[in-house]
Order: sequence, then C-alpha cells, then structure tokens
Amino acid sequence: MDAQIALLLAQDGIVNGAIYALLALSLVLVFSVTRVIFVPQGELVAFGALTLAALQLGKFPPTIWLALAMGVLAIGVDLRRALNGDQISWRNTLLWSTLLPISACAWATFARPTSLPAQVALTLLICTPLGPLLWRLAFRPIADASVLVLLIVSVALHGVLMGLGLWFFGAEGSRTPAFSDARFTFADLPFNGQSLVVVGVASVLMLLMFFFFGRTMLGKALRATAMNRTGARLMGIPTGLAGDLSFAMAALIGAVSGLLIAPLTTVYYDTGFLIGLKGFVAAILGALVSYPLAVAGALLVGLLEAYASFWASAFKEVIVFTLIIPVLWWRSVRTHHVEEDE
Amino acid sequence: MNKPLFELRGLCVSYGSVRAVHAVDLQVSAGEIVTVIGPNGAGKTTLLLAAMGLLPSQGDLWLDGAQVNHTEVEERVALGIGLVPEKRELFGEMRVEDNLLLGGFVRWRQGQRDQHQRMQEVFALFPRLKERREQLAATLSGGERQMLAIGRALMARPRLLMLDEPSLGLAPLIVVDVLKAVTQLREMGVAILLIEQNARAALQIADRGYVLEMGAIALQGKAAELSRDPRVIETYLGLGGGTHAT
Repeated sequence: MDAQIALLLAQDGIVNGAIYALLALSLVLVFSVTRVIFVPQGELVAFGALTLAALQLGKFPPTIWLALAMGVLAIGVDLRRALNGDQISWRNTLLWSTLLPISACAWATFARPTSLPAQVALTLLICTPLGPLLWRLAFRPIADASVLVLLIVSVALHGVLMGLGLWFFGAEGSRTPAFSDARFTFADLPFNGQSLVVVGVASVLMLLMFFFFGRTMLGKALRATAMNRTGARLMGIPTGLAGDLSFAMAALIGAVSGLLIAPLTTVYYDTGFLIGLKGFVAAILGALVSYPLAVAGALLVGLLEAYASFWASAFKEVIVFTLIIPVLWWRSVRTHHVEEDE
Repeated sequence: MNKPLFELRGLCVSYGSVRAVHAVDLQVSAGEIVTVIGPNGAGKTTLLLAAMGLLPSQGDLWLDGAQVNHTEVEERVALGIGLVPEKRELFGEMRVEDNLLLGGFVRWRQGQRDQHQRMQEVFALFPRLKERREQLAATLSGGERQMLAIGRALMARPRLLMLDEPSLGLAPLIVVDVLKAVTQLREMGVAILLIEQNARAALQIADRGYVLEMGAIALQGKAAELSRDPRVIETYLGLGGGTHAT
C-alpha cells in the first residue's frame, strides 16, 4: 500500500466515520436521557434514505402512513391516560402525533415537491416525528423499567420496523442522486463533492448539537435530565419533554444519516441495522456517556473499516465488531461495577 | 396566624402495606418558618416527598386555596412549590451558574426571561456561590452544595420552600450561615417548611413546629412553646437543652 492509497482509504474512513459519529451521538443522547439503547436507530437511517428514494420516483412514501398510524395510537394512549386522571401536555402530543404527520401528508399529496432540497425537507418532516412517537408508544409507559427491559423492547422494535421496511419498500435497494457532482483533485488526491457534503453536514450537525447542549436552556435541561432525573423533575423539567426531544433528535439524525449515505451506497430495508450497529460500537467506545469519545470512536471505526476492507475485505465487519471486545474488557477493568440505581 | 398558603389535610403515605405517614394535618403561611422535628424514621422526609408529588399519597393538599393533589411534580414547581431534598440532587457535571439557570426552568418556560436578575439575587444571599460560579457543582464543599441547592430552588421564585435537613453533614459555622439565609427568605415572604434533626437549631429560627413520631403528629405549637415542652426537651433537645441554646 502506498501513501496515495492510504490517504484514499483515510478519506473513505473519515466519510463513513462522520456518519457513524452522528449515529453514535444520538445513541449516547437517547441513552443518557432515557436509558434506552436505541437499536431501531438503524431503521430510521434506512427509512430516511428510502423515503427520499420513493419521493424521487414520484411515489407516496409509505412512512407517512406509519407516522399517521402511530400518531393515532399515541393520541389514543394519551386519551386513556387522561381518563385515568393523568395530566397530559396536549400541545406536545398534538405536535408530534397530528400536526407534523398531517402536514407531511398534505405536502406529499398536494404539493408533490420535485426539487431535491424540498424532497429532503419533506423526508425529514416525515421521519422526525417517528422518534417521539416510538418513545411515546413503546418506551414511555415503561420508562422506569430496567435498562435490560428497555433494551429488549428496543430489539423487538428493531425487528418490527425492519419488517415494516420490507413491507413498505420491498427487498430491492435504492440509491439516490448525489447532493453534489463536483469532482476535483487536491494534492494529487481525488475528492468528490458528496464526500465533502457528508463530512460538512455531519460537522455542522455536531457543532449545532454542541451549541444546543452547551448554550441553550432546553439543551441544558436535557443534559440535566441525563445527569439527575430527580433533580431535573424538581426544577420542573418534565421527563416526557426530555424523552420527546431526545428521540426527535435521534430520528432526525438517523434520517439525515440515511440521506447522506444513500448516494454513496445502495440502501436496502435492512442496511440501516449494520450502520447503526457501527454507530453503537463507536458509542460504546465513549462508554455511552461521552460525546467527544463517541465521535473519536466513530472515526476509529470508520478508519478501521476502510483499512480492513483493503487488507481483508471479507473480514471487514468481523474486524470492526471485534473492536468492541478489547474496549469492553478495558472498560470493565478500569471502572468499578455499579449497581443500577433506582 | 394568616390564612395558610399551604395546607396538608389527612395526608397518608404508605410503602406497600406499611403506613409511613398517617393522617397528618399541617399548615404553613407566607412569611412563616414551620419546622417538623422528630426521630430518624418518623416519616419526615416521606412527608416532604409526598407534598412535592414524588411519592403517591392520600389526603388533600392545598396551595393558596387550590387543591393540588393530582398535579405532577413539574406542575407543583410551576405553581410555586420548591423542594431542596436531603441529597441535594445537584447537576454535578455542570457549572454552578448552569445549575442556577436550570433552577429557573419553569419561569423560562412561562416566558419570563429574568434568570440573570434572579441569579444576582441568589448571589446576594450566598456570595460564596458568586465566587464559585464557574466551578462544577461536584467540586463544591458540602456547605456550598447546600447553598447551591437552596439557591437553585429559589430561582423558580417559590412561594413555599421545603427544606429537608439543610444542616445535615455541615460544619456548625456553615449551619449558622445556611439557617441565617433561611430566616432572610422568611423576611422576603416565602413560606418555609423546614425538616431538621437538629431540633435545637430548627426551633430557634422557626415560628411554629410539629413533632412527628411514628408517622403521626405527636405535638404541635409555637416554636418557643415547643422548646419549653418537657417532652421535647427530654427527647430532642437533651436535658436542659432549652437553656443551653446559643
């Protein structure tokens, strides 16, 4: 391998690593706020990519039906809670289960966007509410259950959503056109526009996240909920709001990742799982709590994958997932075992 | 006594089949410090957690003439009830300033953007926090943490502030500081429900007191009368405790 190939592989690794980093960040976010290991994250990646592909073929994306159906169920759940005397924040319920899915449906039916930016915006509008709706239907009723129970529900949801993905989009994969066709050479290295779009969008999203968590009241409230749920409740921060927000961000990030990756590789209904899993490996490198470590871990995963595909392409997945073993071993040696609290 | 701001009527709390608090009636008025004293395990903390909505309870809770039984914790905070729990429950990995900012979350949500002005008021009450504003909450000393916990609760402008053992684990000089701040709050018109094992200190600053034993009110009255009550002296103040008070 000469230097040029090494640099090309590095470029590849960084592009993939940027996407894993986004997924790792949202996994860390969801876990630290709600203790849910969000396995279906990968399905949201696939839904994002395939929804855009459907829009480009002029089809009505079936994910809209999913959002509408889940919205109806979520309203039903909240009505029942209201009958039981619980207090419901109807503003949030209506936003996630009615307003957003219905506007997406109206937009897709009546306006039929044809430009790529409008289709991207519509895709995000369809996919983002899926996060809070999943939280409301599957996780909020068992929000105080153990991490293990939440994980099992999460795995089940992954299966359900993957099945729905097959039903919605069929077994054939789709590829969407690149956001940029630019090609240029810099220092003897060929770059393509799409790679730069991926790294650029990922970096901007990450900067926005760091700004959101570091500077805004809502972001700080989310972090506070992650650190100390009782303390956050005593400040009047509703746990439901934190769940809605973190799942919405996870769904949005998942869909964006799908949009970024769809021009680079053919996306099938089950492609997301493997991508999500690599994001998960990166998140584990950050012990599911550290954002900077998760980003570093994601780049490591991306680079390792790129170089592994050069030396031993048949084993590249094996090599990437084997990474988790020494990391877990190292963590188990370094950290004291803590009993799960609450 | 004025019309009470906060009132518990027949409050009962059970852990499974064990009744921890039994038919407690209690009132706190604005600008009044009311203390609940009692031995370990008498149900004092349970009482506060139930009043805050962190534990399910039976009985009636009234705040300023409105029944708040069925409200969630978040709503009680918005209505003006604040709790400084025994464990402080600070956001350890955040700076002192951010802890305080989040204390004003409900007001921010109601559209009132006066967090920085509120913070200055808290700094006036606890100048120490101003010096430490950039530090992570986890690095503060015990006394500073207690100040931060109280300051954070004040950011929401509570009408009723409930304090669970604010003197626990603090050096005597710091206890004096903290309790002095509590009396200042009374002057600002905040109603204070103070739970203390340090009965001597609590009865000194309180206007009225309740003695909670086995989850029920055993005695109640003006703080001065309670500190002269032979039963209280013997059990909670030590023999002749009333005269030794400093």
